[in-house]
Amino acid sequence: MCRLFALSSRDPVSPMRAIEALNVMKEGHDGSGVGLFLHDLGGPFGEMKDAPILSGIFTDDGLKRLDAFMDERGFVTKSTLVLDPKTKVPAGTPVRGTYMARAYEVPADLKGKDQAERELTYMTLRVALRLMGEGKEDIRVFSFWPDTIMVKEVGDPLTVAEYLGLDRPELFCRRILAQGRQNTNYAINLYACHPFFLQGVCTMTNGENTAFIPIKEYLLSRGFPGYMGYQSDSEVFAHIMHFTLKRLGLGIEYYKHVITPLSNAEMEGHPDRELLARIKQTCRKLIIDGPNCVIGCLPEGTMFMVQDRKKLRPGVVGGKDGMFAFSSEICGLDAAIPDRDEHADFQPMHLDTAIVRPECQEVTICNQLQSLPRPH
Amino acid sequence: MQSAPILTPSTLSVNDLPWQVDWDIHTCTLCGRCTSVCPVSAIELGVFRKRTVEATLALQKKPTNNYSIYYGIRQRTDPAYRCIGCAMCNMVCPNNAITPRLRPEATTLKFHNNRGGQARTRGGRRNDSGSLLDQIKFIRISMLTDPALDAGRHEFELRTLLGRVQPPEEGLHALEEHAWVPAVREIYPLMIGSMSFGALSPNMWEGLIMGVTYLNEELNMPVRMCTGEGGCPPRLLRSRFLKYVVLQIASGYFGWDEIIKALPDMKEDPCAIEIKYGQGAKPGDGGLLMWYKVNKLIAAIRGVPQGVSLPSPPTHQTQYSIEESVAKMIQSMSMAWGFRVPVYPKISGTTSSTAVLNNLIRNPYAAGLAIDGEDGGTGAAYNVSMNHMGHPIATNLRDCYEDLCTAGKQNEIPLIAGGGIGKNGNLAANAAALIMLGASAVQSGKYMMQAAAGCLGSEHDRCNVCNIGVCPKGITSQDPRLYRRLDPEKVAERLVDVFLSFDTELRKIVAPLGRSTSLPIGMSDALGISDYHAAQRLKIKYVV
Ligand code: SF4
Ligand code: SF4
Repeated sequence: MCRLFALSSRDPVSPMRAIEALNVMKEGHDGSGVGLFLHDLGGPFGEMKDAPILSGIFTDDGLKRLDAFMDERGFVTKSTLVLDPKTKVPAGTPVRGTYMARAYEVPADLKGKDQAERELTYMTLRVALRLMGEGKEDIRVFSFWPDTIMVKEVGDPLTVAEYLGLDRPELFCRRILAQGRQNTNYAINLYACHPFFLQGVCTMTNGENTAFIPIKEYLLSRGFPGYMGYQSDSEVFAHIMHFTLKRLGLGIEYYKHVITPLSNAEMEGHPDRELLARIKQTCRKLIIDGPNCVIGCLPEGTMFMVQDRKKLRPGVVGGKDGMFAFSSEICGLDAAIPDRDEHADFQPMHLDTAIVRPECQEVTICNQLQSLPRPH
Repeated sequence: MQSAPILTPSTLSVNDLPWQVDWDIHTCTLCGRCTSVCPVSAIELGVFRKRTVEATLALQKKPTNNYSIYYGIRQRTDPAYRCIGCAMCNMVCPNNAITPRLRPEATTLKFHNNRGGQARTRGGRRNDSGSLLDQIKFIRISMLTDPALDAGRHEFELRTLLGRVQPPEEGLHALEEHAWVPAVREIYPLMIGSMSFGALSPNMWEGLIMGVTYLNEELNMPVRMCTGEGGCPPRLLRSRFLKYVVLQIASGYFGWDEIIKALPDMKEDPCAIEIKYGQGAKPGDGGLLMWYKVNKLIAAIRGVPQGVSLPSPPTHQTQYSIEESVAKMIQSMSMAWGFRVPVYPKISGTTSSTAVLNNLIRNPYAAGLAIDGEDGGTGAAYNVSMNHMGHPIATNLRDCYEDLCTAGKQNEIPLIAGGGIGKNGNLAANAAALIMLGASAVQSGKYMMQAAAGCLGSEHDRCNVCNIGVCPKGITSQDPRLYRRLDPEKVAERLVDVFLSFDTELRKIVAPLGRSTSLPIGMSDALGISDYHAAQRLKIKYVV
């Protein structure tokens, strides 16, 4: 079972805060990998909120190919952050090349386009780069999105973080998702490391998604180029969130109704019965069934945690005004926000979605039996 | 010396018959029950004459002949009256003095059961006990990283959808706009396959519908039964129980007058309408209700004269192409119930199933596709059709499901698979395998007859006289002397047993795979088979 930790803070904090929380939960993961999603950046990147940032790992050859590719499309480098290793390579971590985040000036014609088109372009470019690098393994991209950096590597989270020197002002940010990987069924592949990202939607999961194959087949058949990859059975959680948000236009309160719908009896007295029945019927293929705790972040910075229908995985939310965290274990929470009111810690149950909005004022609990906001 | 009896090419000895009747002179009480119960008069009371030669020692006197007479049971060897192995004789014998025995190596009868140039017709299904479905294993068992669910304690929702499901975007939009939405029923994934009212006896029918009603109303299991060709008893049409019934319209349109007439009085819509284009056991052959079974009641319901054979044409005669036929029929059937009832075609497994499916994908009124593989179907058919025609269900279904995936419609047109599910008794395992290969629901007819009514048919050509109306159990007979043997209440009870135990077994299969709230349709990663080529073909894991 992997360990998950997510932090939402009003002021930018160092990613090490999340890494340390993972470290105290060390018993729960075998240190076979770490993944980080950093959003709403505080350092120099925070000054250029609109510039898409490409983050990934590149060999020298890969960098050349990347530059040629981006040049051709009119993207001009604005700022580059290279994570140059501070210590010697930890055991088990391969030497791969340059860990980099690079912000781009968007070509003029794209600037004039509406947001949806820009978003589609970012995604298409990321997918194209990923495919480009797959043969030679010289380009690995995890995200291409404004105000967002992702880091993934094989190895123990703390060791890798120290190796890459993650404790630097450029990486301070307000939203962090961090996963300490417990390698289970699949071979270690960087693209299989959580968190998973698609057009601003990012999620990570603890547990196994037993409905993976049918859901994957369904998403693949939606005809959306971003629904690809699936090196991990958890990737579909991010894509289902994306589907809910972008294709169906439904907010976070609906996500749980898509993946773990109410039983017919529970739906009986529900004020939104008709809508819920329709969602359950038409989105039936997206129902998850395994033991899963999903933590995620939406494009505008809302963070959430949901459980599977039977609540088979641990998860707790807590914090104080200005900073809240989602963690697999309470000790992780203790490490990151020791001065919070522990009595207010909340463990979402099988009907709950715990939500922390970007203002970081409180944890909102949305219960599936409650009435829903109107779909927009 | 008596002259030798006449020997013709078709004169057979008992040894030439696959089923031989062993009769024990010592325990037989000569009560005559066996001969009166035998459905095909394979045995008769026999008078035997025996000669004993008595010779004295050293030939003091001439040897004498003593003639004695005794009575017993004689097995007839005339192919028309051959024993069918039903063992009814044994069932009624107070002393267990008589029993049929299968002698598989006796094949002579095969060459002589076409007398008068009539090819053999029979009931039952393909007499072949092999089953690919039985070879499939569920190999993905949750354990350490993803704990298995508890089949006995966790909540389970093993339901499926019957009807055209819109894509999510369209479905939500339709709700907002208050637009028409295709009817969708939430049903139990195991349906009772179509067996017609003419084929089944009234008691069998009554038992089935009683059991189905109990399952729905007392046990909250939305089980549905299909009628098959031949209409539906008028009282049922006008009752609230109609909602548990899928009405079938087949190429003979038998019984549809009654159904149309009952439309204005219907209190409930039927669950769905199944348009039969083909069935597993006799693909391309239409239906055949032989004259023996067309009694007054059946004739009245079907709207035909009494005592005539009722062959349905192989295809719906009013139409001449799949596209037109399917679209037109679906449209008009939907219209008849105000577009409130799902309408779907049923075809036999064939290489062109995918073509039919592709047609349905583009038809917004098509509510599903039922495919009946070669092992399915009961009723009357030519032996050659049953044994040698048709397509196995597993590959047929898989091809169709993969087509749906390619088209992005895998949640939208439910595939209902049938044909050999549970032929060796493994109903739940076979059903689960088909569901994981892509079926939304499965249909089974023969298993219900065997388990709920005690049908004697087996995969070794046992019984199989359903077609001639002499069913020894009263299941497929229209003769009150026979069907009175079948107690509808007991059929209902057994049906409930079957579904409850099926449900437990299905949970025992899906819980370890980590599934509980949605049916694992298309969960092919859980399947494995030790046949390399089958694994390649079905795109499942090869395991040895
Ligand atoms: S087994 Fe059936 S068919 Fe054969 S003799 Fe007995 S009753 Fe007649
Ligand atoms: S018992 Fe009746 S239904 Fe079963 S095979 Fe024999 S005749 Fe057919």
